Amino acid sequence: MPTLDTSTEPSGARRVGDLTPDLLLTGEHHLCPGCGEPLALRCLLDTITDLEVTTQTIGVVGIGCYTAFTTSIDVDLVQALHGRAPSVATGIKRMRPDAVVFTLQGDGDMVNEGLQEVLHTAARGEAVTCVLLNNGVFGETGGHMTATTVLGQRTKNTIDGREAEYHGYPILIGDLISRLEGASYVARGSVHNAGAVARTKKMVRRALESQRRGDGFSFVEVLTMCPTGWFIPTGESPEYLHETLGAVHVMGELKVDGRVKTTDELHTENVARQREVEARLAAGGLDG
Amino acid sequence: MTTIAVRGAERRLMEGSEAIALASIAAGCRFFAGYPMTPFTEVLEHFARYLPEVGGTCINAESELEAVGMAWGALATGARAATGSTGQGLSLMQESFAEITLAELPLVIFNLARGQGDYFQATRGGGHGDYRHLVLAPVDITEAVELTQLAFHLADRWRNPVLVYGDYLTAHVEESVSVDPIDFGPVPDKDWAVDGATTGTGHAKLLSPLGLAKFGAEPIGIEAHLRRIVAKQHEIERTEARAETGYLDDAETVVVAFGSPARFVRSVVRDLREAGERVGFVRPITLWPFPADAVAAAAGARTVAVFELSAGQLIDDVRLAVLGRAPVVGIGGISTDGSGFGVGRLLDVETIRDRVLAVHRGGADAALPPLPDNERTLW
Repeated sequence: MPTLDTSTEPSGARRVGDLTPDLLLTGEHHLCPGCGEPLALRCLLDTITDLEVTTQTIGVVGIGCYTAFTTSIDVDLVQALHGRAPSVATGIKRMRPDAVVFTLQGDGDMVNEGLQEVLHTAARGEAVTCVLLNNGVFGETGGHMTATTVLGQRTKNTIDGREAEYHGYPILIGDLISRLEGASYVARGSVHNAGAVARTKKMVRRALESQRRGDGFSFVEVLTMCPTGWFIPTGESPEYLHETLGAVHVMGELKVDGRVKTTDELHTENVARQREVEARLAAGGLDG
Repeated sequence: MTTIAVRGAERRLMEGSEAIALASIAAGCRFFAGYPMTPFTEVLEHFARYLPEVGGTCINAESELEAVGMAWGALATGARAATGSTGQGLSLMQESFAEITLAELPLVIFNLARGQGDYFQATRGGGHGDYRHLVLAPVDITEAVELTQLAFHLADRWRNPVLVYGDYLTAHVEESVSVDPIDFGPVPDKDWAVDGATTGTGHAKLLSPLGLAKFGAEPIGIEAHLRRIVAKQHEIERTEARAETGYLDDAETVVVAFGSPARFVRSVVRDLREAGERVGFVRPITLWPFPADAVAAAAGARTVAVFELSAGQLIDDVRLAVLGRAPVVGIGGISTDGSGFGVGRLLDVETIRDRVLAVHRGGADAALPPLPDNERTLW
């Protein structure tokens, strides 16, 4: 079988642009092919740069696959225990009120191990931004059920799919947080396609802006692909994410300016958005 | 600052809880988070009252786990910060204590314990992995004022947590004290603290217990990271042990005790000396590093007696220091009030004197007098 020589750039190759985020020290990582976490990370890093808050940003990172980012991003970071990042972020923010403080946590970290941490921090209205990377499995241990695993989802310890009767129901963490008075901005994004990534990036921006205004606690959940933990082909994972986790953990802004939206409202909005896109495509494209 | 200086400098009757909070603030502590629990509760109350006056923050945390996490964050910014509880509450914080030690953050922890059964928890730790905390055990409120300030100094000097072990009496006995700031000398700059200023410069910081370094920086590796911390702890062991000793030169019986009960023991030994009995005492001030040399000096005695309000924990360290050169016998034991706060019948000078004398006259195998039936102490 012929193989391509990738040791040198092909003649005539042209670099169209360097899209590497400013705050990335290296592209080297230990994540699996098809992992959605780097896309969520890009949304966060690019937003920090765009908002020009770089030299006042401090992050707190939980324990999960994304812990690997601690060495590869050019951000002042504190490594927290599994689940405990929101309290650490609280201590940082109280001592440095001018800093932009975020946490980066997975669903196992935030919704299993440290559920009370994020709820209490939200209720206290701490001006920090918690970012949840939600793929519905413990990716680092190899694909085990978490508190956000949706019904029917196969994991290593729900081989035939999560059953409510035996395993209980998933927690919709964004919905829970949105009901707390101290939470000012709550949104759920996804990285299953380019449009979703763009929407998610806007959510991250609004969350950080809310923190800078001192409005209270802000929260962005990002649904991410984990083909390894889901045991499905890499290429199918964005669609799987959209159709399984995305159908339960519905994408959208759950709380803006104190107004809370239900999952049904978000679903209705998303359908309308989809229809509009389809109509524009039928009318000649999305340009403009 | 002025307010606190005035509050602290004015010599007056002050309970230990208030003295500890004011001494912490005098030492520069600007963050405290805790969760109420007897007999620690009033330490939290006093921090809540005084810290805002100096621009500091006290958070009534929703749990002990969150309290220690908040202190972790405050420490990461370079602030002097502390948390505390009783031993029960500290049990919940052990995972964080272990990791904070490996992240080399200078946490100060107060255990206002229910008795002395947390000796193992304090000196061995209930967390995972190879780590040690310096442990300071004040005998009274005057010493609590000094050791509280020393705790913040040692934590910064060694980048290692320091635990102050007190009890119900430390928390609630009132003594006439003044809180004067003590200068223990310089500590290293906190150039490791995060403030966000290095984000995006190519030299961002990472405070990690895992021995990780940013890409491009000198890689550390978990093994080298742990070895370095162990080497540091050996140096602490070599240099920081402290003890008070009395009448050891010709003592036939030496009593070892720490914390508030050591105050009773010291009084008993002084009285017995005045009565012509050749007894002495050793009071470890640091429980870790254990003052093994001071205790070993007691090994020339006929009997080494250990008075502690537990089933026998300190006695293990005493035996390790004495190394079989003298019999070591426990003359304390389980003793508590009805609420379990550790203030029981054994905490009584007459009872302690009877026990010291029994061993002094009869040697290590002497039967100890039974506890008095009537509750002569507080309860």
